[in-house]
Amino acid sequence: MNSTKNNLKALVFFLGPAMLAIFVFFFIPVVSAFVISFTDFDIYSLGNFANARFIGLRNYTQLFEDPLFWIALRNTFFFVILAGPLSVTVSLFAALLLNTKLVKFKGIFRLTYFMPVVTTLIAVAIVWRFIYHPRFGLLNYLLAFFHVNPVDWLGDPFWAMPAIVLMSVWKNFGYNMIIFIAGLNNIPSDLYEAATIEGASWWQQFKAITLPMLIPTTLFISLITMIGYFQLFAEPYIMTQGGPLNKTLSIVQYMYQEGFRWWNMGYSSAIAFVLFFIIFLGSVMQTLIQKKLKHT
Amino acid sequence: MKKVFLYLFLSISGILTIAPFVWMISASLMADGHASVYPPRFFPDETTLIQYHILFTRLNAYSNFINSLILSVLVTVVSLIFNSMAGYAFAKFRFKGKDKLFTILLSSMIIPAQVTMLPLFLMLKYMGFINTYMAIVIPGLANIFGIFMIRQYAISIPDSLLESARIDGATDFQIYWKIILPLCKPILVTLALFTFLGTWNDFLWPLIVLTDNSMYTLPVALANLMGEHTKDPELMMAGSVVTIIPVVIVFLSLQKYYLKGIMMGGVKE
Repeated sequence: MNSTKNNLKALVFFLGPAMLAIFVFFFIPVVSAFVISFTDFDIYSLGNFANARFIGLRNYTQLFEDPLFWIALRNTFFFVILAGPLSVTVSLFAALLLNTKLVKFKGIFRLTYFMPVVTTLIAVAIVWRFIYHPRFGLLNYLLAFFHVNPVDWLGDPFWAMPAIVLMSVWKNFGYNMIIFIAGLNNIPSDLYEAATIEGASWWQQFKAITLPMLIPTTLFISLITMIGYFQLFAEPYIMTQGGPLNKTLSIVQYMYQEGFRWWNMGYSSAIAFVLFFIIFLGSVMQTLIQKKLKHT
Repeated sequence: MKKVFLYLFLSISGILTIAPFVWMISASLMADGHASVYPPRFFPDETTLIQYHILFTRLNAYSNFINSLILSVLVTVVSLIFNSMAGYAFAKFRFKGKDKLFTILLSSMIIPAQVTMLPLFLMLKYMGFINTYMAIVIPGLANIFGIFMIRQYAISIPDSLLESARIDGATDFQIYWKIILPLCKPILVTLALFTFLGTWNDFLWPLIVLTDNSMYTLPVALANLMGEHTKDPELMMAGSVVTIIPVVIVFLSLQKYYLKGIMMGGVKE
């Protein structure tokens, strides 16, 4: 039973401010962006909205013929497909190691691995820019011990995106690690006890108990990781400015450039909605997988 | 044997994870040019605070620091009030369409913030708020995730408690203030942490709406500095240290709440 009759006044008082703020500064902008994406809103419309005209789907059709947009799309997908599974795997691995009974000082290791998560992305991107420095960077110095020749990580079209991937995995794996640890702790320990009595090896237990029990956690983690990674922006902005040869230009970066550097706001809104559409499709896919797994 | 190997592996991974920070701090203590050598120096040959001095005198990082601090505190306090009130209403009030409204809010969480940025910018521009604190505070007034977290927490507070307070003559506001808020303290601390760190670390939105150096937050000032001082790793590292140290201190002092918050979000399925 919920508490007694709340009069309208109390409801408006408690719920009103937040709902008004979300409605005015979130829902109205979403709808406006959708409308703007069907106009040629540009720098001339900035002074007077009346200068913007409806042009139907032209922004969207133009996008599909825009080579730079396809490059941004491909780069972002490349980033998500590479960094996403890698992040999730590293997180799971770290969580499993920290969850073994052998390890003491769990707290300290956990804290250490988590540290990159809370630190400011811009600041660490700057640090990594120098770590990747072709002549003075720590990475090439370390690799020299293994007789690897110096690489211009951020200046090489082939290596620039993988370098950003590596930094992102380092930055983010601690977050998912914590969620995995929570997931592991939720697995009833008597399952393992029973398996041990029956003589199942660590690997057998992992395959038969740990992995299946972690499926919901893994799906959730994959979803939030994917959503976050599709919004890639600050790393290339600081480390490569989208270069070399546009190899690290991301969707959000392209949206930012079109919208806030060239003030092509209609076009930029269309880009934002394509991003939304991709994230939406990804989420629907994850939900379907989850439903399917629940029924089998 | 297995144990030794495990510890060795964990320690090496730990060292590698922390190494960028160690190098950042030590490079920030070097004089110009001393970080650009081969082989790289892991520790300063001679320690100097000159980079910090340049940062706070010539480059005016002081005002950027203050901007970041004020904005992060402001957004945290205001959003905590808005979100906790709405979270309480969703947890304990009965009204028509409540579940529907809540579902709409939750499902709209997958809309990426970037979608709203252009119209929001235009709105703020016509309100005259571009390049003011309001441009950061307004979009942060309330957020769906925060409302969700508080609602999940407040829903477990027994109704009988609120009922007896009401019989004793407490008003809705007194119930919120004297019962709900104190009982929700853990989740409020967690949320405050998320919001503070989120605002402090935010980059894209401040980059869009703050247009001159005196209004920049630290990340935006740092990115701006990067453009001009690409060849000064020592100075850039000092800037990074100044940006990172506060969040690390805040996080370390309240880490229990932060990690619990992530776990709560993670097992909500």
